Amino acid sequence: MDMAENDEFCAKYLILKGLNEMTPSYAIYESYFTAAYGGRVLSEVFQQPGVCICGTLHSVDQYLNIKLTDISVTDPEKYPHMLSVKNCFIRGSVVRYVQLPADEVDTQLLQDAARKEALQQKQ
Amino acid sequence: MNYMPGTASLIEDIDKKHLVLLRDGRTLIGFLRSIDQFANLVLHQTVERIHVGKKYGDIPRGIFVVRGENVVLLGEIDLEKESDTPLQQVSIEEILEEQRVEQQTKLEAEKLKVQALKDRGLSIPRADTLDEY
Repeated sequence: MDMAENDEFCAKYLILKGLNEMTPSYAIYESYFTAAYGGRVLSEVFQQPGVCICGTLHSVDQYLNIKLTDISVTDPEKYPHMLSVKNCFIRGSVVRYVQLPADEVDTQLLQDAARKEALQQKQ
Repeated sequence: MNYMPGTASLIEDIDKKHLVLLRDGRTLIGFLRSIDQFANLVLHQTVERIHVGKKYGDIPRGIFVVRGENVVLLGEIDLEKESDTPLQQVSIEEILEEQRVEQQTKLEAEKLKVQALKDRGLSIPRADTLDEY
């Protein structure tokens, strides 16, 4: 585990936190996403269709709204409306789950950041 | 230009043609004119698009102000891709008729399912409304 990498990650995450002034408990999820920027993710939407959208994670915000680029719907026959859409913005409140590729995220780094966050919160 | 780098902002999407999926299953297509932090949207020259099978129909609606909590997703429509869809556009009356038929068959299937579950002593609550946390 590289100390410099760890610090860089924590630094990035803390800057993000400063920018958005998020509540600490959600900050960690956002940093999780930022670590996966550019990776392909699959997100399932909560509502009646439960449509699954696969795309490249472009950005995330404090409400965990997601912006995906270059999307493809996993079941195109059931959801024909998305055929001419390439980029989309998904409201955070309707996301059931987001599936990220396991190799994209360094869980060790994330655990360290989470531990630091928990310590900070206690103080 | 990004006002807050790293945040999912809708600012760049303003004045572009968008497809909005609502929680009740409706699809709206219009030009995005205004946004705010709750994802409340103002859509201009909005058209409600109803999809049944391979057909669709457009109902012109004018200006829409959509409350953010009802928005599922917002997608930018690629104008080139829009012209070569395999879908067939039909008249409003036809698509409404098709939709009515589809709703009917769905309701009947649902009724049978609920009845079958009731017979076995089970019940599934309807997931219409979201519990906002």
